[in-house]
Amino acid sequence: MDWHQLWEIVSTPDNVPIVALLFLVPFFAWLAWQQARANDQLIAQLEADPKLAKTAHRKAFPWKPGWPKEIQTWPYLMRVEFLAAIIVTVILIVWSITLNAPLEEPANPNLTMNPAKAPWYFLGLQEMLVYFDPWMAGVVFPTLIIVGLMAIPYIDTNPLGAGYYTINQRKHAIGAFCFGFFVLWITMIFIGTFIRGPSWMWFWPGQTWDPTRQIYETNRDLPDIFGITSMNGKMIFGAFAMALYFAVAGAFIHWLMTRTEFNRKIQKRMSLIQYLTVQFFLTTMLLLPIKFIIRRPPFRIKYIWITPWFNI
Amino acid sequence: MADQKSDNGGKGAPVPPGGKGPGVFAKWLKEQIQNLKGRVKEEGESLKRPEKTQLFKSMFRVKHDDSDRSRALGVLSNVFFHLHPAKINRDAVRYRFTWGMGGITFYLFLVLTLTGVLLMYYYHPTKGQAYQDIIYLMSDVPFGKLLRNMHRWAAHLMVITVWLHMFRVFLTGSYKKPREFNWCVGVVLLVLTLLLSFTGYLLPDDQLGFWAVTVGTTMAQNTPLLGSLGPLGRQLHITPYNDVRFALLGGSIVDANALLRAYIWHCIAIPIIASVFMGVHFWRVRKDGGISGPAPVMLASDMDKPVPPYNPPKM
Ligand code: HEM
Repeated sequence: MDWHQLWEIVSTPDNVPIVALLFLVPFFAWLAWQQARANDQLIAQLEADPKLAKTAHRKAFPWKPGWPKEIQTWPYLMRVEFLAAIIVTVILIVWSITLNAPLEEPANPNLTMNPAKAPWYFLGLQEMLVYFDPWMAGVVFPTLIIVGLMAIPYIDTNPLGAGYYTINQRKHAIGAFCFGFFVLWITMIFIGTFIRGPSWMWFWPGQTWDPTRQIYETNRDLPDIFGITSMNGKMIFGAFAMALYFAVAGAFIHWLMTRTEFNRKIQKRMSLIQYLTVQFFLTTMLLLPIKFIIRRPPFRIKYIWITPWFNI
Repeated sequence: MADQKSDNGGKGAPVPPGGKGPGVFAKWLKEQIQNLKGRVKEEGESLKRPEKTQLFKSMFRVKHDDSDRSRALGVLSNVFFHLHPAKINRDAVRYRFTWGMGGITFYLFLVLTLTGVLLMYYYHPTKGQAYQDIIYLMSDVPFGKLLRNMHRWAAHLMVITVWLHMFRVFLTGSYKKPREFNWCVGVVLLVLTLLLSFTGYLLPDDQLGFWAVTVGTTMAQNTPLLGSLGPLGRQLHITPYNDVRFALLGGSIVDANALLRAYIWHCIAIPIIASVFMGVHFWRVRKDGGISGPAPVMLASDMDKPVPPYNPPKM
């Protein structure tokens, strides 16, 4: 166990935000979860008692008849905002006094940094380079992330859960988003920061980052396993493999979307184009962890689909 | 008035009395001093209520008292505060609901603008000079190190808070009708925030920035159709001298032109674009009926009921 190495990574000033994320994300997830649970209990209670539902205040926050539903922005909101500004300022000043922003040697094109890392918030995409070609990891995925995020309001046909925390009423939406945010984004950043060392090799936490370390691993492509050697054969085989993947993943998503009475109701509200968009984004998202797994030992499969123009 | 008995009612220029002798003059002088004391006291008292002064009234235009009307006007008639509505949902002020993340993100943007402008006074976006400027800033400029650190850490913090803000908006379902479009505006802001941070990374012109930008733009080189290494790029006669990477860097390598381009994107273009989108974002928060909640919970059993007619938000 190389504690020194571990400390060096964790205490690098530019890695402080990632260490902060390690606490902030779980904290806020917990905060949200707590409120969602309170609301879900209330919802269950009201669903069971329609009479109460007609008269209830319908919020987990306390309320008494006679209390105004609205309050003055000044002072009640603005004092909170000023307080937040002061707290953020104090944190920022203390942070800036105690930790210096890094400055390396002057830029030198002849001296390659090893590892050469993108800024931490893009490490998820850089980590994707291990599993996908650069045009996928660096261009297609970012585009899909942006378009996919923008599509969310237009493909989520579930009218429930607008303006309050809940899990039970939006299980699938929240599940998909949290999978993307926690697993595909935050975890990849952690891996890119803490695990990836020189030459982007995998070093477990506490393992010394040895730049001379060599890993001999023979990567194979999926067609190789089936003994397919000709280019045309690989192309056709890969196309079939991808089609098979999307069929199976699509069927799985469809099963999820129509599993319960409530799910079916939401699915019925979708137009065909909404349904297909959901399918496209979710099946593509699922492709990432699958490639992640088959790329690592013992499978070590690099490409599924090989063509003269691109590989996936 | 402190001294009603003085000759001129305590106002105006003092007129020396008629008569002779030092005694009369001394009496007059004493009276004047009394008079002046009274005025000083009186005006001193009035300073305890600055909102009654002409200066204050000329600036703020509203009565400063505890009535709801004055408080509402205080918000609505102020150019900076009038982004807010006069009144809000009683539960919306709870940190627990919004986490204050949108507001904190905006505040960090303001901090970054301020510290960024100050940094610009000490920085030349030219090869060789840029690095020296950072060294100088950290060693010789008063508070230069603090300035640079604050800019750096506020930028990192802003990336985190914008993610958390998006997370909160998602979890509260706040992108649902009628806020779909504002969510999209938000996504644009997210991308702009990341790009702001990324373009700033190159500016110290050190190894860290140089290689990060090299990694980043190599990805751009692989863009399908538009990148020299991307799928179908070669077939379209795309070379390292006419692809997207060239457009981003102003050259085929990360060099002086890239530094200048990053500088202009970072200090001028993206901040302006982001400001415009933030303006739209805040405006839409208001027009969409203020923030979404905490709203009364809906029930699955309500879903089957006919949809009530749309109530346009009251503004
Ligand atoms: C520079 C970045 C951003 C700034 C300064 C900003 C600022 C704000 C502020 C001050 C609010 C008021 C409520 C609150 O504080 O939570 C708000 C609401 C909102 N933001 Fe943002 N935001 C940013 C980015 C985003 C992003 C990335 C998204 C989503 C992808 C987003 C979506 C929304 C939506 C939908 C609302 C309305 C929320 C509601 O009604 O509860 N914003 N934003």
